[in-house]
Amino acid sequence: MFRTPAAVAGAVLVAAMVVLAVIGPPIWGEAAEHIDAGAILQGSSAAHPLGTDNLGRDLLARVLVAGRYSLLLALAAALIGATAGIVLGALPSVLPARPARLVTGAVNALVAFPGLLLAMFTAVVAGLGARGAVLGIGAAIAPGFARLTQTLAASVAGADYVSAARMLGVPRRRILARHVLPNIAEPLILHLTQALGGALLGLAGMSFLGLGVQPPSFDWGRLLFDGFGRIYVTPEVALGPALAVALAGIGFNLLGDALARGAARTSAPRTKAVAPESADPGEPEPGAVLDVRDLTVTFPGGVTPVRGVSLSAAPGEIVGLVGESGSGKSLTAAAIGGLVPYPGVVGHARLRLDGRDVAGLSRKELGTSLAMVFQDPMASLNPALKVGGQLAEVAVVHQGATRAEARARAVDRLGHVHLPEPGRQARRHPHELSGGMRQRAVIAMGLMGTPRLIIADEPTTALDVTVQRQILRLLREVTEETGSAVLFISHDIAVVGELCDRVVVMYAGRVVEELPADRLTDGAHPYTRALIASLPDMDTDRSLPLASIPGRQPAPAEVGDGCAFAPRCPLATDACAAGRPPLVEHGPAHRVACWEVTCTSTA
Amino acid sequence: MSRLVLRRLVRFAVSLAVLVVAAFAMIHLIPGDPVRASLGPAAPVELIEARRAALGLDQPLPAQFAAYVAGLFSGDLGTSFLTGEPVAEVIATRLPNTVGLALIATAVALLAAVPLGMWAAVRTENGRNRGTEAAFGSVTGTAVAVPEFLYAIALVTVFAIGLGVLPPAGKEGAVSYVLPVLALAIGPTATIARIARVETLRALGTDYVRLARAKRLPAARLHLRHVLPNTLTATLTLGGLMLSALIAGSVLVEYVFAWPGLGMKIVESITQKDYPVAQGVILVYGAIVLLVNLLVDLALGVLDPTSSIKES
Repeated sequence: MFRTPAAVAGAVLVAAMVVLAVIGPPIWGEAAEHIDAGAILQGSSAAHPLGTDNLGRDLLARVLVAGRYSLLLALAAALIGATAGIVLGALPSVLPARPARLVTGAVNALVAFPGLLLAMFTAVVAGLGARGAVLGIGAAIAPGFARLTQTLAASVAGADYVSAARMLGVPRRRILARHVLPNIAEPLILHLTQALGGALLGLAGMSFLGLGVQPPSFDWGRLLFDGFGRIYVTPEVALGPALAVALAGIGFNLLGDALARGAARTSAPRTKAVAPESADPGEPEPGAVLDVRDLTVTFPGGVTPVRGVSLSAAPGEIVGLVGESGSGKSLTAAAIGGLVPYPGVVGHARLRLDGRDVAGLSRKELGTSLAMVFQDPMASLNPALKVGGQLAEVAVVHQGATRAEARARAVDRLGHVHLPEPGRQARRHPHELSGGMRQRAVIAMGLMGTPRLIIADEPTTALDVTVQRQILRLLREVTEETGSAVLFISHDIAVVGELCDRVVVMYAGRVVEELPADRLTDGAHPYTRALIASLPDMDTDRSLPLASIPGRQPAPAEVGDGCAFAPRCPLATDACAAGRPPLVEHGPAHRVACWEVTCTSTA
Repeated sequence: MSRLVLRRLVRFAVSLAVLVVAAFAMIHLIPGDPVRASLGPAAPVELIEARRAALGLDQPLPAQFAAYVAGLFSGDLGTSFLTGEPVAEVIATRLPNTVGLALIATAVALLAAVPLGMWAAVRTENGRNRGTEAAFGSVTGTAVAVPEFLYAIALVTVFAIGLGVLPPAGKEGAVSYVLPVLALAIGPTATIARIARVETLRALGTDYVRLARAKRLPAARLHLRHVLPNTLTATLTLGGLMLSALIAGSVLVEYVFAWPGLGMKIVESITQKDYPVAQGVILVYGAIVLLVNLLVDLALGVLDPTSSIKES
């Protein structure tokens, strides 16, 4: 909790205040009241570092002594506010519906009023002085507490154990006392810390205005009131109380912040991710649109969710990348698209797009030749901008088109993806379009340039089945027309088998098998076979439970030296745990990484 | 949409009615005789009786309330105990000064805070530049915690008394606005900057920004066109709510700068026990706050058509 320097500073300041409140009056009490007719209204001097007041009393001593009174008044105000607020906030849960609504309404109305106004109102009624100010600040604090109690109580009231108690016929008051209040105590106590700081500043403000503590009593606000009157002659006399109030405010605020964040804060590793040494780039694949060799994505602490993935795609080819969630397929796509979030680091022996190194491509070239489509069309269009404008900006930014040209092209592209009334859709905001229409718009955005590669990351997962088909058909159409390659990422091997030319199966960050889509049923790797076997079809016996793969995929940090699938594999032997099988040829255009399959086939 | 407007208007009307009752009740809740308390124990009985009659305090309570409400509708807020001036006139001359100060301070805070928060978010996205994040957190956390009247005192001490470059008090020309506006704006700037940072971080993590990045837009376009508009709703809401808090905060700042606004007047009237003035000023302050909140709510309904405001 006190890991950050700010939290430590807050705790130290508040602790210092408490210590000052305890030891201040006994130590400096006499000096604070010592009247010295010979030293009236002095500025700073060696004897009186902060000067003296109109009776010649030492101001430093008075500031140190006033800490106790300031803190006690704040505590009183905070407790009054908290008590009144908690009662007000809890009332609706024990009262009948109609009065309960009245109380809730009153609290909502009061919360809107600034505390200082409430405090002044109360202070006028209760009379000038410390009592009025404390009551006023208490009144100002109460609505916040009431609102918090209401919110918290409402959330707890919905919990199962409260429902259970209610079903058992426990009276409402008892439910409140035994089940609700104990469960909301922690946030309330936290709020009290913050309220205490607020009360201290509020009271200082009231006293500073002359509406709070009256002489001969004095708190920091009152000392500031006296000092402020002399600020033109001896500004230093205002310094002490001002600093005390400021430090108290800062202390309570920092401490409150630290308490609020509490255990919720997770510390991220401070080490930097290091990409592994790139291996020899080797000979680039001729004619490939996408050519990736030994792609890795590393996060701090050596966690590597993508390990040495090699991929290629020819013009017009749709390559499916399948795997369970967590297999690294989406990160692979993000790495190819240059969108891996910090602190991830991408390493590769080779990463070429359309025959050129990606590192050497300009913004403009990447922006027009690489298109991306994401899973959720609801989230991938900017809600604040019109659809047409989001398409048009590609042409404006990268192709130097005028706004009118860019708009016309955007409308044309929207029509191209079969969006009805493209001109009208272009003028609409994304939320006015259906999910399928939005995904078409995103694809149209990719068509603003001349895409060589379209990376589609689960583009149909969020859509319903009939719309899925239309989007898949559109992707097919676009590839045939533009000659662009598609990297189609999906967890759905059935969709991949239907749409793609070639399938790449990933498991725990590695490619385990690669084969033509029309020969998917010849899949050799036990994992591929399990994926296919888990697909229900028309002939599936529905009286049997659905086939599934036992166990779970290891997390990136848990992957060991051997085959990552071995713990779940029916064919696994000791060799599998000992060493990782390489990806080797297994028939034409078919490669697989499995000891059992390759050994059996060579034997 | 129209239902939302209607509901907000009803809530506003109800709150306003409660406020009027509270303002009316204030004078009656004061223990003892407010006129006696105001004029002091030495005041002659005739004067007190005259004042009581002028205030209508000799009437039965319901008749007093009816007269009070009728007065409000005709713009009559009573007369000052001390000067005999109509309270409405006092308020009319001072209100523009307070509102002007608060509006300028809010505008300054928004203009400073939004770029600051965005900059911090872009620099600290996904936990990079932890140093910047810690510094931003501590500086804004500290700035928020210091009350505006201390800023005001510090600014007066340094710029008016120490350096002598700016006027220490009063309202004379544009220069005199500098220090009060600064004192009022520092705290809200820190608060709004924190919100703007959080909102920007949220927007930066969305798919539409990912897609905008995939389009390889230049950083300025990405941040100003794709991120900024999506952070503004929350930021402006807060700015609006800040405005009502700022109007209240201006009481203390006006006092420090002897600013001829409502805040100065409310302090004077309470100290001098000039209850009709205090009553009128509190009523006007409260009504302004309610009005600002109403406008913020309605503006939100227009600004953010996708998410209708949730009822709490």
